[in-house]
Amino acid sequence: MGGQMGPEESFDLFKQCAVEVLQVEPSKIVPEARFADDLDADSLDLVELVMALEEKFGIDVAEAELEGVQTVGQAYELVASKL
Amino acid sequence: MPSEHGCAITGWASALPTTVVTNQDIMTLFDTSDEWIVERTGIRQRRAADGPFVAERPPASPDGGMGTTAQLAAQAGHAALERAGLTGADIDLLVLCTTSPDQLVPATSSPVANALGIRGGGMDINAACAGFTYGLVSAAGMVGVGAQRVLVIGAETLSRITNWSDRSNAFLFGDGAGAVVVEAVPGESSLLGWDVGVDGSLQPLFYADHGGTGMRMRGQEVFRKAIRMTVDSATKSLEMAKVQASDIALFVPHQANVRIMDAVAERLGIPGDRVASVIQQTGNTSSASIPIALSDAADNGRLNEGDLILFAGFGAGMTWASAVWRWGSGTPR
Repeated sequence: MGGQMGPEESFDLFKQCAVEVLQVEPSKIVPEARFADDLDADSLDLVELVMALEEKFGIDVAEAELEGVQTVGQAYELVASKL
Repeated sequence: MPSEHGCAITGWASALPTTVVTNQDIMTLFDTSDEWIVERTGIRQRRAADGPFVAERPPASPDGGMGTTAQLAAQAGHAALERAGLTGADIDLLVLCTTSPDQLVPATSSPVANALGIRGGGMDINAACAGFTYGLVSAAGMVGVGAQRVLVIGAETLSRITNWSDRSNAFLFGDGAGAVVVEAVPGESSLLGWDVGVDGSLQPLFYADHGGTGMRMRGQEVFRKAIRMTVDSATKSLEMAKVQASDIALFVPHQANVRIMDAVAERLGIPGDRVASVIQQTGNTSSASIPIALSDAADNGRLNEGDLILFAGFGAGMTWASAVWRWGSGTPR
């Protein structure tokens, strides 16, 4: 995984994970969506999402890197920076 | 691997202190809500041995060594022996799994052995919340080398080492005990697969120091590690037992957080109706959680002869342990 993936493809994969873990409509997974306010996701939901993303993309995300991540866009940037 | 000496669980029981601490009680301690706690943990109430929040340190020298952990252990142990039709004199080894012993010295198994009339061996195992499964695997091993009857108890007074002003975790923990009698029987071992492990580099994630500062936990990291290590360990035990997750009639996970239990079951492919759960009423009782959940399931008729049970847990250390066990009373040798 990783290297060869285009941005659209990787966002689709990201969206797929988020839909499964957070159980929300795909249309809600947009960069400006806030996890707490717009997606009804608590801190443990975010941890579970990161776990799913780690497994799907074959990356490692340290706990400290999650601090301050509040939107879908921020989470996706974090993942994309590791691809 | 299956040994030549078979073993079976012939008695089981649990014991809970009478004091109920509800989420509403927790709300008097700091700013939180019933909804917040239930959503994140599934816990609605827990029991506390020393009345509401154990603000006081335990007595330095409990009478006869019988502090609250020993009392709960003896109560569960006695009931499990009774169900097996045995007395303490029949027991070759007492394995007391606890991370909240009553004293530093001696092991809490000593006063418990005394209370139950056990004159065989006695020892404590501290593998934190994975403790009971470590104890069960050890008991089957001892039967494999000739012990006839081993009493395994998980007993905790976590209220004593909870920091009741820590709003990140004080609502998680509870007190209680559960016990099983493991007896030698003819035929194959009931322990079909097992796995134990520890990663001591993770000690900083979850610990309690001497001196009453209580348990400190980096909850989100523990959450993430717990799901992965429990799934990995359970997978190893299933492989050793040469069975599939779909063969498991009852999954008895460590009861730490219903979100962890659900995530592990889902990843293993075990449907929710095959998961034993008491956490709503007990909170996290560490070493006691698995035998309490097992006893609850057995008492409610959820187990039939020959059913395969998967035990799996994780704890501070971090430790993990799992086992695949064939349920059946057997006929003791």
